[in-house]
Amino acid sequence: MEKIKVNFTVNKKPVTVEVNPNERLLDVLRDTLRLTGTKEGCAVGECGACTVILDGKAVTSCLVPIGAVEGREVVTIEGVGADGKLDPIQEAILENHALQCGFCTPGFVMSAKALLDENPDATKEEIRRAISGNLCRCTGYEQLTIAIYEAAQQLKEAQKAQI
Amino acid sequence: MAQGKEENYNVIHKSKPRIDGVEKVTGRALYAADMYMEGMLYAGVLRSPYSSAKVTKINTDKAKAIEGVEAVVTYADLRKKKSWAGYMYLTDHIRYAGDCVAMVAAQSKSLVDDALAAIEVEYEELPGVYTIDDALSEGAPLVHEEYEKNIFTDSMFHIRKGDVEKGFEQADVILEREYRTQYIEHSYIEPEAVLAYMDPNSGLMTVQASAQNPFFTRRYVSDILGIPLNKVRMIQAILGGTFGGKEEGIGLVTARAAYLCYQTKKPVKFVFTREDSFLESAKRHPFRLRYKIGATKEGKIVAFEGEQVDNCGAYNNQTQFMNWRANVHSSGPYEIENVKTDTYGVFTNNIHSGAMRGYSSPSLIFGQEQLIEELAEELNMDEIELRKINCLKDGSITATGVPVEYVILQDVMEQTVEQTDYTRKHAEYKKQTDGRKRKGIGLAICYRGCGLGAESPDASGCMMIANEDGSVSIASGLAENGQGLKTAYAQIAAEALGVRYENIQFPQLDSFAIADSGMTVASRGTVMGAQSVRKAGEKLKKIMIKNALELRAFSLENTGLTYDDLTEEDVELKDAVFFLKKHPEVKVDFASVTNTCIWTGKQMAAYEWFMPEDLPQDHATGQGKAFPTFAYGCVVAEVEVDMRTGYVDLKKVTASHDVGRAINPALIKGQIYGGIVMGQGYGIMEDVAPKKGRVKNRNFDSYILPTSMDAPKMDINIFESGDPTGTYGAKSIGEPATEAVAAAIANAVYNATGRRVRENPCDLETVLLGKKLG
Repeated sequence: MEKIKVNFTVNKKPVTVEVNPNERLLDVLRDTLRLTGTKEGCAVGECGACTVILDGKAVTSCLVPIGAVEGREVVTIEGVGADGKLDPIQEAILENHALQCGFCTPGFVMSAKALLDENPDATKEEIRRAISGNLCRCTGYEQLTIAIYEAAQQLKEAQKAQI
Repeated sequence: MAQGKEENYNVIHKSKPRIDGVEKVTGRALYAADMYMEGMLYAGVLRSPYSSAKVTKINTDKAKAIEGVEAVVTYADLRKKKSWAGYMYLTDHIRYAGDCVAMVAAQSKSLVDDALAAIEVEYEELPGVYTIDDALSEGAPLVHEEYEKNIFTDSMFHIRKGDVEKGFEQADVILEREYRTQYIEHSYIEPEAVLAYMDPNSGLMTVQASAQNPFFTRRYVSDILGIPLNKVRMIQAILGGTFGGKEEGIGLVTARAAYLCYQTKKPVKFVFTREDSFLESAKRHPFRLRYKIGATKEGKIVAFEGEQVDNCGAYNNQTQFMNWRANVHSSGPYEIENVKTDTYGVFTNNIHSGAMRGYSSPSLIFGQEQLIEELAEELNMDEIELRKINCLKDGSITATGVPVEYVILQDVMEQTVEQTDYTRKHAEYKKQTDGRKRKGIGLAICYRGCGLGAESPDASGCMMIANEDGSVSIASGLAENGQGLKTAYAQIAAEALGVRYENIQFPQLDSFAIADSGMTVASRGTVMGAQSVRKAGEKLKKIMIKNALELRAFSLENTGLTYDDLTEEDVELKDAVFFLKKHPEVKVDFASVTNTCIWTGKQMAAYEWFMPEDLPQDHATGQGKAFPTFAYGCVVAEVEVDMRTGYVDLKKVTASHDVGRAINPALIKGQIYGGIVMGQGYGIMEDVAPKKGRVKNRNFDSYILPTSMDAPKMDINIFESGDPTGTYGAKSIGEPATEAVAAAIANAVYNATGRRVRENPCDLETVLLGKKLG
């Protein structure tokens, strides 16, 4: 199979990969770039463990052919948080014990981040909807919903303080 | 929230942050599939599409000819086809649609797929049996020649308590009912994965696997390769959920990867697709429960007779242990003078059943807690009142003929009833006659033997090492499954030793660091498994206090004391500081003592083994002490049923659990929230429903799990009973959290609709039509 060259940015850094055209964004992130925080759970877009942010929207990277990301911006769990500090969403998940086995956790962080980046005033109901594409078999979602809601409040406070 | 007397603990009884939290929330935690090695190969298996068949011909020439395919192995190549546990690594005798006939290793995942597609297999289909009823019918084909009538005799247990005939003679009301439960899938989000690599010089085979029970998985590797256990190094990879599921299946996967590694002399990574996982991972056993119960008109239950039969599927390694538990709990959380029950499994040509969170209890409680309500209705009696009369209390004699202590079941139930306004709502909802949507409220109570009990030895070991800088390392024979075991153990270690939680490190289990301590199952981790952690901590504390005195670490000026006046009893170690009990101002840091110890050759490690009390049981009657103690619980479910579609909307669940002592309340709440939602899946939507043995729903697009939009509002009550049996008084919570939920839902559906669902789950067709559609 003839390889294709794809240019895009991952976590704000430009990358160029030469890969088989039938590879998925998930394969390239994991196997080529070794960004293994993005997980594979089902390969059919149902479990959300492979969620990344593509041009500001949360997507399941198992359903994105690599050719489709040419020129686009991808953010993975490795790109969340800055200067060695956790993102408020990650802090709140820790604080609320909103994780157990942790396999689904990066996907939840990405879905929550995409939501709060777009809508910092998200209600608990909106949070539940935003994470309904992420399956978790351990936590029952309760502590996750609370954590993301608390993170939203904290982000809003921080924004107010800046203004 | 926590109810019970407060004690002065330093580290436990607090919601400490998870010890593995940061690595998981940042995506840095390495699961087996995240590991890569230079020159590593990928692996895959070829499965039979038939449920019962013989392979008549297999040709691998085309697969072997593909460039980049490095090994193609069929059943014919294996010296040992059958694993130590009875499952087949590879086979030509197909007993279920999931048995594997060949495996391959190749340089890429797509080459693995190409190779598997190029293997030509011819099968001859054979007759099979699929349901419990068929398996037991006259002349049914045998799944295993050695088991007559397909009855798995090793899994047969009995309760014979009192005289059940006489008991029924005293009864004013006798009720007979049958309940059935379904196969469900564990649905951990991480599919099974392993990386195997070998040291070419020593021959040491290292496997890093998503194994719930690393020592159990190590046994498979030694078995397939025919090498001693000390030639296998098992390092547990961080586990992405298991719930009882990553036991047999991961053993087979790991063994196959190790075999391919051995053949090719290259590292081999084998990661299951979700479809592989559905096809080869064990499922929760379906049960056929036949119960007969008799009571006086005053509501005293006088006799209970039961037959509990479960569908083992094609292979078995768990039913005998699980059925022992099912036998002990066969008459529910009630004191009944006369009990006669039989419990056994049957083989069928289905996917094998195995351990799954509850280990029979979710199925049994689904039947038992509906039965008690059906009995109440026959007696024209309030169902809560009937439970109060008969439920276990202090000094009650269980079905195995032994008194129980510290029983707070009635309190737990009464408080939950009051909190949920159950009685008023139940009466009001019962009167609903019309309306598209009807409300319902339902309750279930439960009790659960903590740990393994008399099922198998509940022993465990712990190694604790203090390092020169005052940091502490522990190794335990039990493993982190995602439930928070490392966090709870680090808390217990810090408490027992007298250091800070932050001082403790607890890496993934390595078979070269600790002895086999049995399986991390049965919600035994905290209640029993941590006993060895506490023992090791207490022992090391004594050693370190002795060291501190011998090293004359304290400055005794201004105390008027000399070292001759001091014994080990006079010194305390707490919060990583040694101090004199009578002169707390005379103190020295733990780290300064450890630093001196290393240069003076003092012992700074302790290894302890915990062995529980002996629990002798009579096999013929099931009489004898079964468990060191029991945990009690009560669950109330509130639903809204759409009468036009049969859709059950679970609105709210209130769960109350006796946890003995809450080592980490936030972890406990996490277990309960997760347990409720898993119970919701079991009670309403999940059903593997194999068709003639074939699993049709093989991924999450057809096997539907509850999402955040489905999860109910949840209220949790944690009770602390003061029972000293477990580690610091802790009891089990992982399995209690899920076991009574489906029963409470079924009772709520009855309250709403007047329709009794005796075949789980309460899905659309069952609620609407009263039967499952084929």
